[in-house]
Amino acid sequence: MTRISVKVDGTTYEDDVEPRLLLVHYLRDRLGLTGTPVGCDTTNCGACTVDLDGESVKSCTVLAVQADGCAVTTIQGLATDGDWHPLQKAFHEQHALQCGFCTPGMIMAARDLLEENPHPTADEVRLGLEGNLCRCTGYQNIVNAVLAAAGNGSAHGTGSGQEKGQETSVKEAAV
Amino acid sequence: MTDQLTDRVDQREVGRARPRKEDARLVTGQTNWTDNITVPGLLHMAILRSPMAHARIDRVDVAPARERPGVIAAFSGRDLAEGLGSLPCAWPVTEDIVLPDHPPIAVDEVRYAGDPVAVVVARDRYAAADALEAVEVDYTPLPPVLDLEDALADDAPLVHSDKGTNRCYVWPLATGLNYDEVRARADVVLKRRYTHQRLIPNAMEPRAVVVSPQAASGEYTLYSATQIPHILRIMLSVVTGVPEHKLRVIAPDVGGGFGSKLQVYGEEALALAVARKLGRPVKWTESRSEGYLATHHGRAQIQDIEVAATREGKLLGLKVDLLADMGAYLMLVTPGIPILGAFMYPAIYKMDAYSFTCTGVFTTKTPTDAYRGAGRPEATFAIERIMDELAAELDLDPVELRRRNWIEHNEFPYTTIAGLTYDSGNYEAATEKALARFGYDDLRAEQQKRNESGDAVRLGIGVSTYTEMCGLAPSRVLRDLRYAAGGWEAASIRMLPTGKVEVVTGTSPHGQGHVTSWSQIAADVLGVPFEDVEVLHGDTLTSPQGMDTYGSRSLVVGGAAVHHAAKKVVAKARKVAAHLLEASEGDLDFKDGVFSVKGSPEARKTIQEIAFETFSSHDLPDGMEPTINAEHLLDPENFSYPHGTHLCAVEVDTETGHVRIRSYVCVDDVGRVINPMIVEGQVHGGLAQGIAQALYEEAVYDEEGNLVSGTMADYLVPGAPDLPEFVTDRTETPAASNPLGVKGVGEAGTIASTPAVVNAIVDALRPLGVTDVPMPCAPQRVWQAIRQARAAKEATV
Repeated sequence: MTRISVKVDGTTYEDDVEPRLLLVHYLRDRLGLTGTPVGCDTTNCGACTVDLDGESVKSCTVLAVQADGCAVTTIQGLATDGDWHPLQKAFHEQHALQCGFCTPGMIMAARDLLEENPHPTADEVRLGLEGNLCRCTGYQNIVNAVLAAAGNGSAHGTGSGQEKGQETSVKEAAV
Repeated sequence: MTDQLTDRVDQREVGRARPRKEDARLVTGQTNWTDNITVPGLLHMAILRSPMAHARIDRVDVAPARERPGVIAAFSGRDLAEGLGSLPCAWPVTEDIVLPDHPPIAVDEVRYAGDPVAVVVARDRYAAADALEAVEVDYTPLPPVLDLEDALADDAPLVHSDKGTNRCYVWPLATGLNYDEVRARADVVLKRRYTHQRLIPNAMEPRAVVVSPQAASGEYTLYSATQIPHILRIMLSVVTGVPEHKLRVIAPDVGGGFGSKLQVYGEEALALAVARKLGRPVKWTESRSEGYLATHHGRAQIQDIEVAATREGKLLGLKVDLLADMGAYLMLVTPGIPILGAFMYPAIYKMDAYSFTCTGVFTTKTPTDAYRGAGRPEATFAIERIMDELAAELDLDPVELRRRNWIEHNEFPYTTIAGLTYDSGNYEAATEKALARFGYDDLRAEQQKRNESGDAVRLGIGVSTYTEMCGLAPSRVLRDLRYAAGGWEAASIRMLPTGKVEVVTGTSPHGQGHVTSWSQIAADVLGVPFEDVEVLHGDTLTSPQGMDTYGSRSLVVGGAAVHHAAKKVVAKARKVAAHLLEASEGDLDFKDGVFSVKGSPEARKTIQEIAFETFSSHDLPDGMEPTINAEHLLDPENFSYPHGTHLCAVEVDTETGHVRIRSYVCVDDVGRVINPMIVEGQVHGGLAQGIAQALYEEAVYDEEGNLVSGTMADYLVPGAPDLPEFVTDRTETPAASNPLGVKGVGEAGTIASTPAVVNAIVDALRPLGVTDVPMPCAPQRVWQAIRQARAAKEATV
């Protein structure tokens, strides 16, 4: 067992962990932070993406001991005082999720993408999210959501979500 | 149908692009996936699986595993065999089908790589996984059975030796005139072979199951990542002997299914059996790689298709001979999947003769079963591919060939050669709209220019004019198809004393947004705010009746049942309102949730007031039962038949074989739309999966029967850069078979898109002599097809 100290979503935890324990299992099984899911065992799907000291990482491919002394932000730590992060709002408004299993990782990866490139093109969003798989949406609305959130300015800001009418964001198909 | 069910409903909610109620929890991580669930004393189950495709089990020794730290118990197949029945097949498609025993865990023989052979239960998931290594198994290898045609040879090794054959069933259908006679008078006969590779469904949430026993009362709560909590409850009761009324099944948040969670899995039965044996709660969660072996696969068919036509391009007849890979066992609806396709080969076309035969074949591979579209993508692919080949043969534009054969909008309802009655449709309108949005003529002109200049990057245009049958299905039709269950769906509506509404549905969403759409339907009928409606589902305790979610059935059957139930609530509320307002029922108007007396609008009662008055029951009409709650079980009168026209433009680099989708336009007609945002999302996702079959995905086995594409690193689920931006549009021809006028939408995109993409690739390369590219059309295969066509051309020069 190894003693680690990790700040997760603003709270510092000290725990003894097996050196082989994956960060995602530490979050889920030890801390009960089940908002971060596990979608694969080969680092392909990205569902488990979290922020580790300012970088998005796939938490299935980081050992808990590697997070010792670090700050981790998960999907559960994104909202501030109940106000959703602009990406959370945009995913909702743009219908960028269906089953929602990939959504935590997708939002965390998009947050990192917008940090590096605050005003990406659609193609840059697609490339930037290459490591995150979605089986439901065909990605189109995910790309739209990230672009919409980028229109907000800082993707790391919270609160002042785009006040665009919920329904006008959707292109009405002609009938 | 009674008047109460046909009253006009003001549509304030239906048709609105409401962002989903489901999202709040999902975007904030407050989710309830099965793997999140924990209960005191929870144990973790791990499963040792066969590393061989086919072998006799000589010995299983789990004792060493029991010695490992943290291990509570370990079981071989033999330890668990007593008390575990065969996993069910609910669709024995013929009377003489070969129906092998399917133990949830192998006892004497393993029949695919991944077949369970031992179970370890430990205090945590790591300890359980570690202890698997200590289980000792001796196998005697048996020959694998991998190729569908070889499997049918007289001297082929057998998957189930006691059955004496690998031929599971032969299912024929012949309708209309005699095909051979029709063929004899045809000007043109084209025959092609198309192969549908095996696909792995890849719902993003891996499967998981948690069983929590109440030992004293013999009651069990089973949580599963399933599409079918109701069917699962019945089937697991039969398999394990836990009485149905002692088993509660919950499908909590379920992260996608696409058919892969339309199943009664061995692991669900094993978790229940082990929890019962130990009297302790047990969880099993598959790893992705484990799921690639253990979660059913889809497609895997070989199609020999032949069309007979006149020189003018009029279809006369169609003949299909199908080999369908069952895999090692028949699971819940394995044999029925290709039969769903049987009715779809004639598609939107008129013809005089149709002959179909499907032969189901056992192999030593993971069992196949429903995967998005389930039989219909295969059928649509074959007919739409050969229509393009026929157009090329006759030197006709592929759209023009379709126009000469499709059912015209004024011919509905139309009974097809396969015996289905299409209630509505307008193929002309959808096609015209699609052609316009696509810029078809301009693209054809550009294509000609590039062909003439010998451009190394060729432009191709693919057409797919599809329909499909969904909304499974009228119960009597299911009986005729030998499907074990019915096709009804249940809905009930509870008006709470404070005027809020609970809708209980028997459908079991796993991403489709039923909570939002059903709220919209109920809000309109009841005249209550959208926000005041809650939708309960996915728990056999709260939603005791249901047939669950698959086959694009939920809206057309389950959503329509909500509509009917809400109408019954209004009818009951009307009685109470009439009594309270001292008017006759016929003198009451009902609009936006308010009953008012005709001519004196100040005399009014809201439906919320009626709900409270009914709760207090102080002043109800004489003899009235004190409730306005209502239930409706709906057996659909027909399938629903969405249709549409999909057009794909690809650029194919003839030097590298690389395919780029340049544009994709689809116009779908899914009838009336409850929530256009959700419908568009369903189309997007469907397109992605259909395109993935065309370009990327394949479950590959080696010559020993090992799954080579055994991890997500080896199986190409497309990412965002691998897919194009879609242009989606709609026409809206209401379905005539349900009061909402809706048709299914969940599978349409998948069904339509695969042939559109492959037709485009072949269209790009046809001037080079290419007439087909096997799926997935990876660069190497495209390049090889070009090379082979060139070689063939040179050989004939």
